[in-house]
This record gives sequence, C-alpha cells and structure tokens, in this order.
Amino acid sequence: MMDSGSKNDANIKAKALAEVLKRYAGTKGALIPLLQEAQEIYGYLPREVMREIAMELKIPFSRVYGVATFYTQFHLKPRGRNIIRICQGTACHVRGGARLLEAISTALGIGKNETTADGRFTLETVACLGSCGLAPVMMINEETYGRLTPEKVPAILEKY
Amino acid sequence: MQDLKEWRETLQRHRRVDRPVITVGMSTCGQAAGGDRVIAALEEVRARLGLQVDIRQTSCIGMCYAEPIVEITLPGKPRVFYGDVTPERVPGLIEKHLVQGEPVSEWALIQVPGEAAPYEGIPVITQSTYYGRQVRVVTSRLGLTDPESLEEYVATGGYEALEKVLGQMTPEQVIEEIKISGLRGRGGAGFPTGMKWSFTRQAPGDKKYVVCNADEGDPGAFMDRSVLEGDPFSVIEGMTIAAYAIGADEGYIYCRAEYPLAIKRLKMAIAAAEEKGLLGRNILGTSFNFDLHIKAGAGAFVCGEETALLASIEGKRGMPRVRPPFPAQQGLWGKPTNINNVETYANVPFIIKNDGQWFASMGTEKSKGTKVFCLTGKVKKTGLIEVPMGITLREIIFDIAGGIQDDRQFKAVQIGGPSGGCLPEDRLDLPVDYDSLNRAGAIMGSGGMVVMDENTCMVDVARFFLDFTQTESCGKCTPCREGTKRMLEILTRICEGKGKMEDLDTLETLARVVKNTALCGLGQTCPNPILSTLQYFRHEYEAHIKDKRCPAHSCQALLIFTIDAEKCTGCGACTRACPAGAISGEKKQPHQIDPALCIKCGSCMEKCKYGAISRL
Ligand SMILES: Cc1cc2nc3c(=O)[nH]c(=O)nc-3n(C[C@H](O)[C@H](O)[C@H](O)COP(=O)(O)O)c2cc1C
Ligand code: SF4
Ligand code: SF4
Ligand code: FES
Ligand code: FES
Repeated sequence: MMDSGSKNDANIKAKALAEVLKRYAGTKGALIPLLQEAQEIYGYLPREVMREIAMELKIPFSRVYGVATFYTQFHLKPRGRNIIRICQGTACHVRGGARLLEAISTALGIGKNETTADGRFTLETVACLGSCGLAPVMMINEETYGRLTPEKVPAILEKY
Repeated sequence: MQDLKEWRETLQRHRRVDRPVITVGMSTCGQAAGGDRVIAALEEVRARLGLQVDIRQTSCIGMCYAEPIVEITLPGKPRVFYGDVTPERVPGLIEKHLVQGEPVSEWALIQVPGEAAPYEGIPVITQSTYYGRQVRVVTSRLGLTDPESLEEYVATGGYEALEKVLGQMTPEQVIEEIKISGLRGRGGAGFPTGMKWSFTRQAPGDKKYVVCNADEGDPGAFMDRSVLEGDPFSVIEGMTIAAYAIGADEGYIYCRAEYPLAIKRLKMAIAAAEEKGLLGRNILGTSFNFDLHIKAGAGAFVCGEETALLASIEGKRGMPRVRPPFPAQQGLWGKPTNINNVETYANVPFIIKNDGQWFASMGTEKSKGTKVFCLTGKVKKTGLIEVPMGITLREIIFDIAGGIQDDRQFKAVQIGGPSGGCLPEDRLDLPVDYDSLNRAGAIMGSGGMVVMDENTCMVDVARFFLDFTQTESCGKCTPCREGTKRMLEILTRICEGKGKMEDLDTLETLARVVKNTALCGLGQTCPNPILSTLQYFRHEYEAHIKDKRCPAHSCQALLIFTIDAEKCTGCGACTRACPAGAISGEKKQPHQIDPALCIKCGSCMEKCKYGAISRL
C-alpha cells in the first residue's frame, strides 16, 4: 500500500515537472522560474531534479547548483509541512521581533532554519515582509500575522 | 483611441453608487490585521438582516495603524472610513450606519465627501491631522478604488496619459516633459529620470528593454508593495509610456517573491490590459507594440542593485558588475535597458496627464514632486504617507504620525534602510529632500522611516544593519565581503560589553575604506548606519565600552536584573515566571536573582505586580 502510494506520488510529481519543463522550453532566462516551480512541486530541490533541469536547459549542473545556492528562496533539503517566517527587519526589530523569535524557538524547541522532529514546522527568518505597519510580524505559509506578542504565539501555532 | 474615450465616459456614468457599499482594506497588512474575519462578520450580518449591500475589497489607504479598516458609503452620501473594526463591532456599525443611516462618529477615522454634504463630527480627509499635510499623487487611488478593476482605473482617469502620448506626442516630447517635471528616481539614488530615458533612447540598437525594479528589499519599507497592490495599472501605464519614449517593445517587472499578492494583482492587471489592447501588439490601434512580463525574485537583497537584477532576470546568480557600461548602453542580454523603480514609473502617468510644470511646482528646487514614505517603529500612527518634498521630518513624525508611542522620548529616525543613517532630534527640522538628507549623513533611499525611542540602542541598531548587510553581501568584492564581517565583529563585541576604545577608530577607518572601495552600492553605503550613529550617538558607544552600560537598557549582555528587598512581598510570581530557575527565596520573604543563572529575559519584571524588579 504504502509503497505504491509513494510511488504514485513520485509519478505525479515527475509528470508535473515534465509539464513545467515543456512550458519553459525555449524561454530566455528560464532557470530561476524553473527552479521556483520545481520547488513548488517537491517542497525543496532534490539533486536529481536539478540534474534534470540542467540537462533540459543544456547547461552544466554547476550553474544550476550555483544559482540554487545563491538565492535564499531555494532549499536543498526537505522542509517541514508548515513554514514559519519571522520578520527580523528594522521595524519589527525595534518593536520586539527578536523576543518573538526567541519565544517561538523555545515553544517549538528548534532554532533558526531547523525543522521539528515530527516535520510539522520549519522555523525561518526574513528581512521584511512588507507589513511593517503591524510590526512585529510573521508569516506561516501564506498567512501573515501582525501586532504579535509572545503571548499570542501558542494559540496561532495550535491552528497548524 | 476614440473607443477608450467613449468607454471611459460610459464607465464614469455607471460609477455612481445606487446602493450601499461596504469596502474592506485587504492589502497584505489588512489581511494580517484580521480583515478576512471582518468580511466574514459583515457577510453574516448581511445575510441575517437580508440587506441590499455590496461588500467589496480595496487596498492600503495608508492608515495601517488602524487596520482593519472598513468603509461604509450610502448612495449620495460621503464615504466614511472606520478603523480598528473587529467582528464584534460589525453588527453595531451596520445597525447604526446602514440601517438607521447615522454614521458612528466615535469609530470613524475620516470621511471623503466627494460631492455630498459632509457629515457632522467626522474629520474630512483633507482637513484631518493624518492626511491634511499629505499630497496624494501616486497613492491617490490607494484604498479608494478596486485595484483589480481596469474599469475603475480608466474611470478615474487611467490611460488618459497613454492616449495623450500615442495621440499627440513624439518620444522626444515625452522625454522633454519628464525632464521639465524634474522627476528623480525613487529607488534610492535620485538620478534624473528624463536624462536616464534619453540615454537609453540615444543608445544604438533596435532591441531595447524597460525594466521595473520592484525588489524592495529594504527592511522597514513597503511603499512599492502598497503601490503594486493598490494601483498596479499606474505602474503598467508608466512603463508603457517609458517604452514608447525610449523605443522598447518588451519589458520586465522584477518583483520580490515575498510579495505574493502584488505578483497576483500584476498578473491580473497585465492580462486585463492585454485584453483591452492596452498592452501587446498595436496598442490603441497604433503601430506601437509592448509586451510585459513578470519575474519573481528569489530572495537576495543585492538583486535590488540594477546590474544584479538584470543578471537575475537572465537566470544567473544575482551579482553586481562594474559600471560603465551602464544598463542604458548594455543592459538585459546586452541590449540598452531602462531601469526605474515602481514609484518612479507610477508618477509618469500623472506627469503626462497634467504636465511637467505641474509636477515641478511641488517640492523644492532640486527635489520635485512628492515622495511616499513608510512610517514605522515607535510612532503612534504607523502607515503609508505621501508628502511634498521639502516637508520637515518633525512635521512627518509629530504632526502626521502623532509623535512617539506611549509619549516616550524621541531618539532617532532611521531613513534609507541599510544604506541610510540615523538622525537625532536636532536634525528634525531638516527639509526632506535628496540633498539635505545626504548632507546630514542619511539618504532619501526608497522611503522607509523607522522611528526609534529612548528604549532603542543605537549601537545595536548599527549592529543590526551590519548583520543584515553582512548576510546579504554577495561576496564578489573583498572590501564588502571581509569589511562587513570585521565591522560586525567589532559592533557585536561592543554590544556585549567587550569593546575597547580603539575599536571606535578601527571601526571608523574600516567604514571609510569599505565606502570608498566596494564594488556596488550595497558595500559603498553599508557603513552609513555606523558612521551616522558614531557621529550623533558616540556617547552611547562610549557608555558600552567604558561603563559597560547600555543606556537604552536594550543590549542583553549588559543588563542586570535585581529585586528591591523593600518592595518585594515574596509572592513568588517571578520565580514561577523565570525560565532559568534563577530566582530563589522563602515565601513572603524578599527574593533574590542569581546573576550567574539569569538569562536576562525580563519575564520576572513583567510579572511582578509590585514593581520590585528593576533592570539596570
Ligand atoms: C544593494 C542595493 C539594493 C537596491 N535595492 C533597490 C530596490 O529594492 N528597489 C529599487 O527601486 N532600487 C534599488 N536599488 C537602486 C537600483 O540599483 C537602481 O538605482 C534603481 O532601481 C533605479 O531606479 P530609479 O532611477 O527609478 O530610482 C538598490 C541599489 C543597491 C546598491
Ligand atoms: S514578584 Fe515581585 S514581589 Fe513577588 S516575590 Fe517576585 S519580586 Fe517579590
Ligand atoms: S530576567 Fe528572566 S532569567 Fe533573569 S531572573 Fe528574570 S525571569 Fe529569570
Ligand atoms: S520590518 Fe518586519 S515587516 Fe517590515
Ligand atoms: S495596508 Fe492597510 S492601511 Fe496600510
């Protein structure tokens, strides 16, 4: 059961990747959008996927790897199911962003760029989410939370 | 073109409201403040009472401090904006304003009467303390129209400028008009836009590009996000006009990936404009073609630098290169490329529609027009404002933003992000223009303004920015790669109370070297936060080094928590709150903190009801 399920899953992903590759065929400057879409599909960038992209674009693997490691958006290792991104930008910093990070890190028992053992959360920081008017701010997946205090955190994490 | 005019007239006729409308601010920040819960509550009440009312969504009106913001408008009446709307307040609001027709003046922020007679007891937008001194040009639609609707854009004067350009103006005339306006780039450096356009126009080559820099990486800045989310068509129209002026037929908007809503709205706007023949081939029935694409950034601050940005669009590592050649000569894929900031492009339709002279009548001699700023940090009213150039910092911080939160003491305002500087109280009467700010050691930058009070440590702020630039340095040139690291080490040492007086000289020397030798703007400007704090707040550095004290009580390593035996009742609240087990004492006897165990989290101080714990 388990086996065929995950095989199926791998198949679906491979198919989705093939479609994306087809869609970008011949487009100039396609490498970054391709990596972005591949990461959408896989949740991170597995080595084989980067190889496949390199072959498809007829460029050396080292170039793909170089780009993937340059940009903070790309992840070469699997991440948690929910991504917490705590803003450490200036506006959030002066309104207690560091304390917020500390509170969440203590609550989850993980540090920056780490994932909980059950794979539920990955904790990351960002330089600004552009909601500085509501500082301090964090994002969980696509959802933004503002005017936070360490006390508000447990109830929010509960939801995921 | 005739069609566009007729379409606009029809749209304007149909724009009148014939039934009540409720509009909720749903920019990123409105959503973060709980705007969706307010919408759910509104829909629930509407269904329960069977009301005939439209519920719509809009963008950031600028009063982010009061989010969630809800507008209620009855036919033929002023538009009334309510702040801090919670789901609990919704039934009362609807009952009074919608059912009984009486706005709730205690909850109202402002009203926009239009042609209607204003309500009593609610400030009219143009006379309100927040908006009275503002001049809204690029933000004029924000929070007032539906950003996803091309119809509303056109009905409110959108595409009149493109019509004028394609109908009556040569590319040279367009460039001349921009030159007359005195518009300077809003992305930071303030280069004259008209001049940049003419360089790209004159550069040899038949393939040219226009690029919009929407990377907005400065922490504490969200002007470009607000404009893209609130009026995406104005940026697209501005880019289309630029393309015509310089002779380009293709363009890119490079938007940072952290702005998913802006990207979504841009995609919708591009599709809508294409469908109406306002983008693509034969625009407005002329021979002018322009295709526009979106590129999402991938999270690298340095990609805001123009040559790095172009490399990133080409699918490479986003590293800056030496200029010249400037992008105007050799840009995207080696072709002449004009690159401007979001706000720069958004100004263009307004300049063309009115004229260059009109724009030049606002502002100061060398800085024309208005500038959008994001007011954040320790001010009462955080938000997005647009003010004429030349206004003073004091007017912005104390009149518009209402001064410092909890009426604490103002300490500094940080302008221009990681490339900018911190200005103290005695610089508050400086006019806000490119040159005055430069002379004072800050920069206009993109428009982030972070206000700091007595509890902010200026050494820590400098360390904070260096931490940022050190992480974001792309590593291509040595002064920046190594210099940021060394400067960060020194600043960290000082914050930990391990600094020496010689460190200040070393820091200053290093800062000057990096400033003069780094390859791109990131390195060249990253010493500014250090130099400006050293200039204005040297005493704070010295306190950290000589007295091992942080005057703002902010640097954790230098804090000491103690319990005043006189005031302590021995209730034990602090012992329970302490995560480090650092507090001991018998019940009903004064407690003590063991400094060796204390991690300086401050929890005990917050929990003590008797004010017995102090932080030194
Ligand atoms: C490190 C660095 C980051 C930058 N980030 C941005 C940015 O986020 N947005 C922007 O418009 N310009 C940014 N700039 C300035 C651009 O290089 C460029 O000058 C600007 O986009 C030109 O547009 P303008 O003339 O309309 O201001 C940055 C420059 C540097 C050195
Ligand atoms: S909470 Fe305050 S009063 Fe109570 S034991 Fe602690 S220091 Fe003393
Ligand atoms: S500051 Fe924190 S660690 Fe130190 S005594 Fe108080 S509660 Fe305990
Ligand atoms: S600084 Fe935190 S959202 Fe901008
Ligand atoms: S985002 Fe809503 S008022 Fe600023």
